[in-house]
Amino acid sequence: MTWLKKIVKQREFMIFMIVAAMFIFMTFASPYFFTIPNLLAVMLGLSLEAIIAVAMVHLMVSGGFDMSVGSVVAFTGAATAMMLKSGMPVYLAVLTGLIIGAAIGTFNGFIVAKVGINAFVTSLSSLSLFRGLTLIVTHGQNIAGLPKSFKLIGQAKVAGVQTPIIIAVVLLIIGDVLLRRSRFFRQSYYIGGNERAARLSGIPVDRMKILGYMLTGLFAGISGIVMTARLGAASVTAGSGMELRVITAVIIGGASLNGGEGSILGAFLGTLLMALITNALTLLGVDVYWQTFVIGATLLMAVLIDTLSKRNR
Amino acid sequence: MPEIILEARNIVKTFPGVKALDGVSLKLRKGEVHALVGENGAGKSTLMLTLGGIYRPDEGEIFVEGEEVKFDSPHDANKKGISVVFQELSLVPTMSIAENIFANRQPVKALNMVNWKKMHEDTRELLALFNLEHLDPSTPVNRLSIAMQQVVEILKAISFNPSVLVLDEPTSSLTENEVEQLFDNIRKLKDRGLSFIYISHHLKEIFEIADTVTVLRDGMRVCDADVSTIDEDFLITNMVGRSIENMYGQRGDVPIGKKVILEVDNLSRKGVFEDISFSVKEGEIVGLAGLVGAGRTELGRSIFGAEPADSGAIRLGNEHIAPRSPLDAINAGIGYLTEDRKTQGLILDFSIRDNLVSNHLRDFTSVLGFLNEGAITKFAEKSRDDYRIATPHLGQKIRKLSGGNQQKVLVGTWVGVGPKLLIMDEPTRGVDVGAKSDIYRLMRELAGKGVAILMISSDLPEILGMSDRVLVMQGGHLVGAIPGNEATEENVIALAAGTIEGEVNK
Repeated sequence: MTWLKKIVKQREFMIFMIVAAMFIFMTFASPYFFTIPNLLAVMLGLSLEAIIAVAMVHLMVSGGFDMSVGSVVAFTGAATAMMLKSGMPVYLAVLTGLIIGAAIGTFNGFIVAKVGINAFVTSLSSLSLFRGLTLIVTHGQNIAGLPKSFKLIGQAKVAGVQTPIIIAVVLLIIGDVLLRRSRFFRQSYYIGGNERAARLSGIPVDRMKILGYMLTGLFAGISGIVMTARLGAASVTAGSGMELRVITAVIIGGASLNGGEGSILGAFLGTLLMALITNALTLLGVDVYWQTFVIGATLLMAVLIDTLSKRNR
Repeated sequence: MPEIILEARNIVKTFPGVKALDGVSLKLRKGEVHALVGENGAGKSTLMLTLGGIYRPDEGEIFVEGEEVKFDSPHDANKKGISVVFQELSLVPTMSIAENIFANRQPVKALNMVNWKKMHEDTRELLALFNLEHLDPSTPVNRLSIAMQQVVEILKAISFNPSVLVLDEPTSSLTENEVEQLFDNIRKLKDRGLSFIYISHHLKEIFEIADTVTVLRDGMRVCDADVSTIDEDFLITNMVGRSIENMYGQRGDVPIGKKVILEVDNLSRKGVFEDISFSVKEGEIVGLAGLVGAGRTELGRSIFGAEPADSGAIRLGNEHIAPRSPLDAINAGIGYLTEDRKTQGLILDFSIRDNLVSNHLRDFTSVLGFLNEGAITKFAEKSRDDYRIATPHLGQKIRKLSGGNQQKVLVGTWVGVGPKLLIMDEPTRGVDVGAKSDIYRLMRELAGKGVAILMISSDLPEILGMSDRVLVMQGGHLVGAIPGNEATEENVIALAAGTIEGEVNK
């Protein structure tokens, strides 16, 4: 039964057990919990964060870090909406929006990898830069009245499931397989685990780092466009605080700020856990102000357990 | 005569201020173990890193099987069949044994997907070479002991199917059994036609495993020989054999005091050093020699309270002390110059002035807790003159100073504490000759004022030139104590390498 032992040792297993326990508890605690509408609502709620988490895990595995994703969500959403308003065809506006997201990521990556400025400081600057730029170009006004064909990206349903959920699930699965199995993306684990060893093994460290930021920008762009389509409008406050929730989920899922560790499955379970906590507190009628507190406590617990179990071995 | 697999001709490599290799040549025959020996700084590592493609030689050529090669990266060297096992581990701690061995070369299936099954099978095959079939290839290396990690590192190098394997101090963290195992494996691989360059300080090992040996000294090749035709004395004489200039000065008129300042009794720290007893008298300079890893720095750090000892007693003057932290030790009157001034000794982005007072700010603090800036500046100016720190102004950042000037500042900060005992770990590492003699002069002055000095050094001429008494450590034990005038490079090296046994009289 060595494979069983191996599974039990995984960080994902611990969070999976917590999630499962919450499922069982909530099923008994609230009649509304285990219903398809409620579960879909939970998934819809986490889908936009989960999309970003896919790229964020990869970035943090390589030792990177990006605080600017929430602002990139707002900026790409606003930019796409403005292009649509100017009459640009939907596919072109979406494509341009995605390129903008990727370009912002590349900008961050270049500063971190080539100029050598700390990732926290770089992305903290970008957080303000692009939130500010969003306010400047929109004059602080939300942009509504977007074409119907665009809104379908976020509002259509396939077999009763909303598109944001489908997009998130597809990206999560592809991302998990690639990060787990593809030699190309495994390079990031070497970089985060021991950069010097990675260089000696012939891994193009700087290029991989920049790619990590580029993908994070791109995925924040996807999230921003899907969010704008779902709301039917670009909001200037879209995505604020999102960076912290995404990073929290990724860390609960087993990634470390030091790099070299983490998985997309873990990050998904982390997002799911956070969404379930919110859902459970709502269903149980707990004061909404407790939610943020409980999520903080969850993060601290997850990291404590991890640190203590590592110390003992 | 067997074919020459690797040849280096007249390799020159210069670093700012040092000629690390000065026209070194080396010939490696197929299927032999060729040892590379020399004192610290003789150029062994530089030569190894040059052959491994990490450094590019300034001059000279490298030939692999008669064909000239130029390496731009370790990757290039690997492709030509040269694999280097680094002394500092180059593994990724969070990743599995298999992924470390096949770093960036994992076997893949369609779509560039890692073929885990094949990779784990290949890893098991390699592990079997060292009789480690029981290890699971998916174990993260940070769960392995250091010795096991070293084995993984060697397997990684072997997995390239190299024709030449370069081993840099491969036994430094292995137990005796593991060393035997390693030697068995080297012999096995040798029989398959693999050639080795083997770097070691342990002369005994060379006679056990090597066929030929090249001796380096000061970046030059001194000689090479068949191991069967020479003995240890031959090696030691050739490793040393240099004239000692008199930059160390003479013991001043003040004789060594009668008073014992430091007395260490049966001091032990588990797994690091054991049962260490010695003393240092007022005004005495005691040199602590030994190989890297013998436990000298660790002993110094324990006396200083940085990593407290597990058992044993320390007496300073008339008082028993048991420092649990550097602050305890400083309060008791001990100063400690770390061997690593850049990461542990100085605050690189602070000015000279601020560094000079960093560890005794309380001397400049008023009752209310405010700093007396004027007094600090005065102290800094005096230090600059006393220690001949060459700088346009005292506001200069430490980072911008030369190694010698940085070291003088470090000496200044610790003399400022007013220690009774000063522990100096590698006091002149990476320091040019001029600054060296300044530092030696300072040490003489301090000793003349009655400070007891314990000097940890890997620089033998320095040990011999400065010490009133030489202590030698080997493998965590104190193996010899030699009066300064009887110490020679030969007897100190022999003690440190464990080829002779010494006497320890306190």
